[in-house]
Amino acid sequence: MIPAAFEYHRPKAVADAISLLTQHGDDARAMAGGHSLIPMMKLRMAHIGHLVDLQDIADLKGVTIGASIRIGALTTQAELINNTALTTAAPILKEAALQIADPQIRNVGTVGGNVANGDPGNDMPGLMQCLDATYTLTGPRGSRDVRARDFYQSAYFTSRKDDELLVAITFAKPVGGYAYEKQKRKIGDYATAAAAVQIAASGGRVTAASIAMTNLSDTPVYSAAAGAALVGTACDAAAIKSAVTAMLLDINPASDNRGPVEFKRHLAGVILGRAIARAFSRA
Amino acid sequence: MNDLTPDQTARATALKGMGSSRKRVEDARFTQGKGNYVDDIKMTGMIYGDFVRSQYAHARIKGVDTAAALAVPGIIAVLQAADLAPLGLHWMPTLAGDKQMVLADGKVLFQGQEIAFVVGETRAAVADACELVVVDYEELPVVVDPFKAMAAGAPVLREDLAGQTKGPHGDRIHHNHIFRWEVGDKPATEAVLAGADVVAEEMVYYHRTHPCPLETCGCVASMDKINGKLTMWGTFQAPHVVRTVASLLSGIPESSIRIVSPDIGGGFGNKVGVYPGYVCAIVASIVTGRPVKWIEDRMDNLMATAFARDYWMHGKIAATAEGKITGLWCHTTADHGAFDACADPTKFPAGFMSICTGSYDIPVAYLGVDGVYTNKAPGGVAYRCSFRVTEAAYFIERMIEILAIKLNMDAAELRRINFIRKDQFPYQSALGWEYDSGDYHTAWDKALKAVNYTGLRAEQATRLADFKAGKTRSLMGIGLCHFTEIVGAGPVKNCDILGMGMFDSCEIRIHPTGSALARLGTISQGQGHATTFAQILATETGIPADQITIEEGDTDTAPYGLGTYGSRSTPVAGAATALAGRKIRAKAQMIAAYLLEVHDNDLEWDVDRFVVKGVPERFKTMKECAYAAYNQAIPGLEPGLEAVSYYDPPNMTYPFGAYICVMDIDVDTGVADIRSFYALDDCGTRINPMIIEGQVHGGATEAYAIAMGQEVAYDEMGNCMNSTLMDFFLPTAWETPHYTTDHTETPSPHHPIGAKGVGESPNVGGVPAFSNAVHDAFRSFGLTQSHMPHDHWRIWRIANQLGLHE
Repeated sequence: MIPAAFEYHRPKAVADAISLLTQHGDDARAMAGGHSLIPMMKLRMAHIGHLVDLQDIADLKGVTIGASIRIGALTTQAELINNTALTTAAPILKEAALQIADPQIRNVGTVGGNVANGDPGNDMPGLMQCLDATYTLTGPRGSRDVRARDFYQSAYFTSRKDDELLVAITFAKPVGGYAYEKQKRKIGDYATAAAAVQIAASGGRVTAASIAMTNLSDTPVYSAAAGAALVGTACDAAAIKSAVTAMLLDINPASDNRGPVEFKRHLAGVILGRAIARAFSRA
Repeated sequence: MNDLTPDQTARATALKGMGSSRKRVEDARFTQGKGNYVDDIKMTGMIYGDFVRSQYAHARIKGVDTAAALAVPGIIAVLQAADLAPLGLHWMPTLAGDKQMVLADGKVLFQGQEIAFVVGETRAAVADACELVVVDYEELPVVVDPFKAMAAGAPVLREDLAGQTKGPHGDRIHHNHIFRWEVGDKPATEAVLAGADVVAEEMVYYHRTHPCPLETCGCVASMDKINGKLTMWGTFQAPHVVRTVASLLSGIPESSIRIVSPDIGGGFGNKVGVYPGYVCAIVASIVTGRPVKWIEDRMDNLMATAFARDYWMHGKIAATAEGKITGLWCHTTADHGAFDACADPTKFPAGFMSICTGSYDIPVAYLGVDGVYTNKAPGGVAYRCSFRVTEAAYFIERMIEILAIKLNMDAAELRRINFIRKDQFPYQSALGWEYDSGDYHTAWDKALKAVNYTGLRAEQATRLADFKAGKTRSLMGIGLCHFTEIVGAGPVKNCDILGMGMFDSCEIRIHPTGSALARLGTISQGQGHATTFAQILATETGIPADQITIEEGDTDTAPYGLGTYGSRSTPVAGAATALAGRKIRAKAQMIAAYLLEVHDNDLEWDVDRFVVKGVPERFKTMKECAYAAYNQAIPGLEPGLEAVSYYDPPNMTYPFGAYICVMDIDVDTGVADIRSFYALDDCGTRINPMIIEGQVHGGATEAYAIAMGQEVAYDEMGNCMNSTLMDFFLPTAWETPHYTTDHTETPSPHHPIGAKGVGESPNVGGVPAFSNAVHDAFRSFGLTQSHMPHDHWRIWRIANQLGLHE
């Protein structure tokens, strides 16, 4: 498994990276942690003439916590996990990141790469939909913002243009309880089913709920109806069942080595039910 | 003795001989990344080769266009079958007596099959060129199901065998049939079944999986055109066999072939056979006059080099109403893939599957095995087991559980009343084996007591009641297994591979200052031979293990032996080592007698020295004898202190064990948590308890993988579904259960030191223990059999089909 020859670029500024992407067009690809792209190149499923390695671009790194939270695209999963202020502000990030791959991969894999690649198996896209995050894309025509809930079109296809970089992720500080529940076959695997849930409650009643599912369609699935089914309830068994029923209308899993569709749909319901219960218990 | 002489115990401890948990001498280099594996070998002028592999499982090759590949800078040649044919090397014999295409000869029979061998100056150039070779395929109908392969109108897979109604193992009854092998008394068994109080019948499938060693297969072949000598470094579990086969294939005399197995990163049966890569590397080196390296990548390894299992075992077991087993019947459909590339002893085309009567006194039995070709990768190797012994153990341990269900009996008690008793050994099994020794009841009772079996069953009953009352969604499974292995192949009278008798060997040189070098015909792939064989010699010769160097794997220096697989190293080469050590001691005794001016018979052996009987202060140590052997003229004795022993075992050895797994199963997600795993092993005399424990942990972890998720599956088109480690389950430290190890010790009566072998026991016994736990969890809901691997969705499916979901 040896990739075909490619030119390696290592720009130090976003503008330089954009310029390389513009110059080489289809033949160029930006690389963050490389954990998805490099295997595809080794398998020769991706032929990249110009690899634009973003790791020296300081502007793409770092986490800023204020009224909203801004995460630079090149922030690694390990940095998310180890940022105590971030864990205090948005604990769901650490809970989810700890379920991604293994420590070695989390030391290199980035949140930006995870959300931008468009792989339906990745965990952060569903999480960002749950948090209603905004992705900032920068390209030759300047910057624009796209909601995570609008970003994903199909597997590996997103609203990011080839000459744009996803530079940052921004979301409002979440309120209430949270849970990222994931079932996988082994360490390092993608989810068989996973659910990201944020629930705000007051007086034992749900005041707001946001639910997104991972690896159960060719994109992450934000299920507005599932969240709505919980609002106003005491998050009892009937309410959870309603939310699960709503979610099942929104997902469209495919059969693979993790199991047939019937299993995945059943498991999605179980996982979501557990995530809701845990999130509500923390709300 | 005098006051300065350490006592016997202190001297024995200092030797680090048998029974010592001596630290592994290999680990200093392995844990520091300083092993020397085949891919570490670099030679001046070395070039690289790699394969263009078939995308299709069954297709005619209409043409191969190599022009673009040859135009890549640095590419030297693209070999195809037509290039090998003049040398007669486009096909090669398999160790099972079949033949296998080295490069596609007109058609391909499995996905990943080797079509062309690209040779070039760099690996990168070769990889580029492989991608540019254009193969013109004409797709043919694909058969991945062995039962469909045996249907009347099934596509003909092996056109090369057209019209051949005789195979190497008897009659072929169908164009996709390889062999039928029958053992036992079929009419008598069927008569017992017909008249039995109770008969349990089930199809037990042991799925296809793969040994998947951490290091893949590979080699460096170097033909020296000046002296005509071929040297080959490779991942060979049987280097001497490779030398002989290479000589037979190439016509080069064995004296001009040197095979070297350097450090090997795990074998597990995957590295026993001869692969097209070896042949192509040799040919490429002969053609170019340069060393040629070929190294598989992970996908190559999983898709093309030898798989394991794929046995469909149809069983019937008869018993009295009280549970005494009266007969066992088994018909196995063995899926070998495109070529029969097993590495079984020649007389045993289904290996030792006939050990399938297990630990039980079964008066009459029958086993029939039909080998079948399909469009899947070739093989059928023994993955961390003696030949087909895991299949046999899984079969009988499932049949026992199924019989227990039918009898409404406790499966532990059913085993107990059917065990071969201690007083029955040596025991003649209905399928022809002589079990050398065993004490199953003692081991079983110890195991049941250790896990508090009665308490576990009570807890399980409570859990079940809670489940039915809606208080929990978790079920508890208790997986029992009592296995008997047959290892140490084997007696030359009935065990050979392609005519090569399965003895093994050890050659010892004691140096003048009393340290030693021993060489064996085996080859460690991580088992710790350099540690344990030195311990055997330490005990036999009184030389400290730390001063004994063990060497294996270089055919120019090591004595001939059949290699390491099937837990044969300790039973066979270990015996040769002990016996060679005894030859050293016998000569040393004569030297000591001369030095002490007494008769040989006046001396007795005392740990590390010969002592004059009754006069303990008069002695000569082995070290003193060694010095004298080289430096003192002793009448009637040649100088030097060396010995060699070739050991042809009188019988196999029969390690056994009792394993108990407890797991909690979430019926809604299919997740099974292994709560505990208890492994009692009886491997006879224990040479190094720490290494035994490590072997049990490793083998049980592979068993866990196989039972709970590891498989090589194919879709209807013959596409391999598990060709990367994303989909092929290798447990990490996170998934691996915790193990509790235990032992009893029943020495082999015919082995010089009583050792039986242990490396494969945990895989043989572990798979049924894990699988039986899954089945046991659902027993009260009517489950009798559900095929492995028990991954999440398949466990979920059991619950779903039993109506345990809303």
